[in-house]
Amino acid sequence: MIAQLAFLVVLGIFGFLIFRRIQRIKQNIHLGKSQEINDRKDERLKTMLLVAFGQKKMFKRLLPAFFHFLIYAGFILINIEVLEIVLDGLLGTHRLFAPFLGSFYTVLISFFEILAVLVILACVVFLIRRNIFKLDRFHKIEMKGWPTLDANLILVIETVLMLAILSMNAADQVLQTHGAEHYTQTGSFLISGFMVPMFENMSTSSLLILERSAWWFHIVGIFAFALYVTYSKHLHIFLAFPNTYYSRLEPKGKMGNMPEITNEVKLMLGMPADDSVAPPVEGMKFGAKDINDLTWKNLMDAYSCTECGRCTSECPANQTGKKLSPRKIMMDTRDRMEEVGDSLAKGGKGLEDGKSLLGDYVTKEEINACTSCNACVEACPVNISPLEIILQMRRYVAMEESGSPQSWNMMFQNVETNFAPWKFAPTDRFNWADELKSPNA
Amino acid sequence: MTNDNIQIPTVAEMAAKGEAPEILFWVGCAGSFDDRYKAVTKAFVQILNNVGIKFAVLGPEETCTGDPARRAGNEFLYQMQAMANIQVLDGYGITKIVTACPHCFNTLKNEYPELGGNYEVIHHSELLQQLINDGKVGLKEGGTFKGRKITYHDSCFLGRANNVYEAPRKVLEVLDAELVEMKRCKTNGLCCGAGGAQMFKDAEPGKKEINVERTEEALGTGADTIAVGCPFCMTMMADGVKNKEKEADVKVKDLAELIAEAEGLL
Ligand code: SF4
Ligand code: SF4
Repeated sequence: MIAQLAFLVVLGIFGFLIFRRIQRIKQNIHLGKSQEINDRKDERLKTMLLVAFGQKKMFKRLLPAFFHFLIYAGFILINIEVLEIVLDGLLGTHRLFAPFLGSFYTVLISFFEILAVLVILACVVFLIRRNIFKLDRFHKIEMKGWPTLDANLILVIETVLMLAILSMNAADQVLQTHGAEHYTQTGSFLISGFMVPMFENMSTSSLLILERSAWWFHIVGIFAFALYVTYSKHLHIFLAFPNTYYSRLEPKGKMGNMPEITNEVKLMLGMPADDSVAPPVEGMKFGAKDINDLTWKNLMDAYSCTECGRCTSECPANQTGKKLSPRKIMMDTRDRMEEVGDSLAKGGKGLEDGKSLLGDYVTKEEINACTSCNACVEACPVNISPLEIILQMRRYVAMEESGSPQSWNMMFQNVETNFAPWKFAPTDRFNWADELKSPNA
Repeated sequence: MTNDNIQIPTVAEMAAKGEAPEILFWVGCAGSFDDRYKAVTKAFVQILNNVGIKFAVLGPEETCTGDPARRAGNEFLYQMQAMANIQVLDGYGITKIVTACPHCFNTLKNEYPELGGNYEVIHHSELLQQLINDGKVGLKEGGTFKGRKITYHDSCFLGRANNVYEAPRKVLEVLDAELVEMKRCKTNGLCCGAGGAQMFKDAEPGKKEINVERTEEALGTGADTIAVGCPFCMTMMADGVKNKEKEADVKVKDLAELIAEAEGLL
């Protein structure tokens, strides 16, 4: 009874904390501009199933895809066992599902144990890859400090949680042979069965303590992990789904239009304006300086980012030593959102704190280096577009600050006066035809 | 030598005669002004003449699509250009456009519709592929490309931006040369470094120029011809080859030039 109550309290506390954190993330995403995305539902569902559930884009790199898939599949399936644990905790039962499933229960748990071992294997491989082989994309400048620690912590936590499951099951089996009360006969589990000898010489009472500790450790660990995830790049395990559902389905080359400008241009050209577009309001900005100038989708992108760095490792600017890193753009966007969200929650200045995404986080040097090649967009396993954010910031710099590089300003001037980005006389535009007709003239 | 019988009608001339072209050839600024890319324009026009397609150009009425301004952030300027161009195109009732510039292609095809300009737009590699499929373009006996190695550099605005990967390769196939792919090709292709208005400014500080990185990869295939389908890629790759002092051994050529050459039109 006390255990049930304690469990309820623990569940309640974590439930509350996680709920509060989800609310915060939602609020932060809603700092972004509204954008309606509810077309082509079938295609969206299909994209989500392929890219998030099927991890299609991960398989561009086979080995990491394989190990990542192990962790992912393990994560999803072992949750069925977590469900049993939660119900046991609430109802004060032990292995609630066992009597219903009979021998199939043993098969099922054995299967989960295999998964647990595979998850441990994958985590170890990933830890080695990150820390011993020092894969280049995990050691870029933006990964210094917390991001690297975050990645390692997750891998260690997952390993420890899996070990807890296995120890719990092993102790359970020994207790069954001791005929301890409540411990339903399940037969031997495939993996933890091998661990039984380690526990055989222990007394029933210490086994009970061990089994219960492992049980509590595991379930509290899972709760803590769920909370931790919301502060970590591992949020992608949830957000990958909505984020791929709301993927951009248009050709990658297409830049988003700015209807507010279209109207002004129409008026300048003496054409009738579109009444359905709201007229520019006081204080409205062209392009993006801060997170609230980006769309909610851009912001959800930032929360979905796995910090895997596939974008950065494919980026031509980054590969040739420029400061631009598309991953950093996403991490900066997220950091700025967190900063503003924290400030707002404390009744602080929020967006009005004198800082902004462009300037305090991202520099012009970074955004100017982008070739809009879409390599980052193509590479991203969860369909994020760092390019969209970069281009929005360029719009701000060009139209609000007139702060584009000098050569671009000259190019603008050429387009305006010569109708070509170079300084050629418009009257010479058709010279090539004469040259072709009489090459030696 | 004169090419007196070459036809390069403008849409205005056609309209004056009460005619309309089947397809408009959008030449683009590089194709009109850049010496190197003018050669591509000419080669493509030769092919169009040779197969007898009823095409026309805007001639002096064409202006920048606005792509470089847009990518550099100047949406005002882009929309001014776009609206003006749409007025001209619609004024002539244009419905179908072909262009040898992937940037023009992307803008006309994907971005003009939102401003009211709706056309069927194809890249010249796609038109060439159609002509090949229709048997109108093919290799003359004893082509000069047999046994040679060609590599194709994907333009980002054609490839990733618009998923056109096959057409340029199909065009190269008829040359009967050996097509050797770079490691980074198709969806993984490395940019030449000029997109996103980079063509119009110096690169930010770094340890290498992007075009040099890409050219090294292209040279690594051992090909004697680097085929491109974009004026900016052309400039960047040619500069890269120069930088590596390989101009004597390796040529950078547009798809239309290669076809025109193989057909004995140049
Ligand atoms: S689009 Fe820009 S940021 Fe993305 S890979 Fe290309 S150059 Fe890098
Ligand atoms: S944006 Fe995508 S590719 Fe880049 S680090 Fe984030 S998840 Fe990885």
